[in-house]
Amino acid sequence: MDPFLLEALVNGVLLGGVFALPVLGLNLVFGVVDVIWLCYAELVMVGMYAVWFLHTQAGWPLALAFAACLPVVAALGVALHLLVVRPLLGAPPINQVLATGGVLFVLQGGATLVFSTDFRSLGVEMPPMEVGEVFVSGTKLAAFVAALFGAAALWAFLKFTYVGTAIRAIARDREVMPLMGVDPRRSYLVTSAIGGTLAGFAACLLVVQLDVHPFVGLSFGPITFIICVMGGLGNMLGGFLAAFLMGILVSVGGFWWNTEMSYVVAFAFFIVVMFLRPRGLFAR
Amino acid sequence: MTRDLALPLLVLAALACVPLLGPPEYFMHLAITALLVALACTAWALMGRFGLVSFGHGAFLGIAAYTMALLWNFQGITPWIGLPVGVALAALAGALLGWPAFRLRVVGHYFALVTLAAGEIVRILVTATRSVTGGSLGMTPDQAPPGEALAAMQLGKAGFWWLGLLAWACGLLAWRLLDRSMTSKALAAVAEDEDAAASIGIRVAREKLKVTLISTALAGLAGGLTAQYRMYLNPESLAGLGISLQIVFGAIAGGMYSPLGPTMGALFTIGLDETLRVTFGTQFIGAAPLVYGLLLVLFMLFLPRGIAGLLEVRGRTATAPAARGAATVPAAQPPRA
Repeated sequence: MDPFLLEALVNGVLLGGVFALPVLGLNLVFGVVDVIWLCYAELVMVGMYAVWFLHTQAGWPLALAFAACLPVVAALGVALHLLVVRPLLGAPPINQVLATGGVLFVLQGGATLVFSTDFRSLGVEMPPMEVGEVFVSGTKLAAFVAALFGAAALWAFLKFTYVGTAIRAIARDREVMPLMGVDPRRSYLVTSAIGGTLAGFAACLLVVQLDVHPFVGLSFGPITFIICVMGGLGNMLGGFLAAFLMGILVSVGGFWWNTEMSYVVAFAFFIVVMFLRPRGLFAR
Repeated sequence: MTRDLALPLLVLAALACVPLLGPPEYFMHLAITALLVALACTAWALMGRFGLVSFGHGAFLGIAAYTMALLWNFQGITPWIGLPVGVALAALAGALLGWPAFRLRVVGHYFALVTLAAGEIVRILVTATRSVTGGSLGMTPDQAPPGEALAAMQLGKAGFWWLGLLAWACGLLAWRLLDRSMTSKALAAVAEDEDAAASIGIRVAREKLKVTLISTALAGLAGGLTAQYRMYLNPESLAGLGISLQIVFGAIAGGMYSPLGPTMGALFTIGLDETLRVTFGTQFIGAAPLVYGLLLVLFMLFLPRGIAGLLEVRGRTATAPAARGAATVPAAQPPRA
């Protein structure tokens, strides 16, 4: 096999790992609360700024900055839920989506105001590793492993804890579960906190690979939504698999053509999937 | 019919006289910009009010604008022909996207995200074909040779005011004709419950396609005129998520259930943009989107029917409280996935 193609494939899988976390977070929130957080990528952006600020400006060790980033973004997710989403729970879906779209502008504008439009780099790079014939970026590999770990932790939480079970139950049937003694308001709140935490986690993994600027969310936001929908909104496993599929598609497309066209192919592929399987690739 | 048309025509005639009063250039510039944004918002709301929420309307602006500009720069075809061709292509793109989506019942969130993807495709394609379109640096239509400016649709402010006014009036006329047709009734039923609507013999996909064709064609018209007025095109301002969300915001802020709502929204957003620009200047970059986003959230929370909705409720409670029920257009709620 062509080593460059192989390298593109490996990079695709690694890229999929990076997509996977925000996709899981977005999917969880949608599946449970039934609201699309259009500003999800901007929550990640805030987390990236938090890490950058704490590490390079306040001089915290990187691990501590990472650890602080999670509660910051989780709190942001809770605030988003309490201030914007909860009052709109009964409103038509478009109003909910647009309100979170407004939050997108607020966060972008706020970041520009505070940090200006300069590109900020963390300046952390791990040496590339040679695996067989393929060179793999150390940072990407570390991020990939961490993403898998995060996904596994989320799965274990949803599967084995009482709150996790309640959350899954609410996602299944939001009319009946309140009758069974599950408080949807509390579940929504916990879900929003977890969604925020996942965004914070994704921020930690992205900040070592990308420079931070106020519009960085636009570079991976749209593709995150598309992956979510392609896997089936609310279908966690489907979203997880679709993240890898999309990562490989973009990476190999970039190898054969160029990166821009590979995104065109990815978006076009998404539209076709929507036509053929409107409930997602992996709908049962 | 004639009596119904008398007042609008009078208003239109009065508006057409505006350039004759010799207003300042800056005022004319804002007025033309607002008019073209109003057309784009009206086009969006034609679909949006029936629950066909598009997050990719910027793409249709771009398709028409780039078709027109490329035909002029490379083939020397005047925008008078290029614009209709571009508008036709925008409508065709709308049909190509809409028909399968409607046939295969891609609705609600899913439809919104399909249009989002389509908008991104157009934006990236324009960027990627930079040898022809200039990519993200944008492109400028060639200056017409002296004496042929009119033939190349390179007009002064007054000319674009009249053209824009005509296009905007077309948008409102389309809205009015649609409201009088069965299509509007059918679509209102579809927005309530697609299955029920289909079961009483409404051809759901066909009715949706009709309104999509009108909406995308008008969006194309707005895009082409905007590009020709500015004499500058770039993918960020004519395709992609940013401009699409701005169109949506204009329509929502003004109120998408009333024909003049999107126009009010356009006036509001243009006014807001200019105020913020003049107040903050370049000193606090970022303050403008911050205020913008905050207002969008506040509108959604407290004024979901927009400025027009506010006036509507006031008017109705003052005159005929009984008619209030009729005013509540069904909140477009797509069937749950």
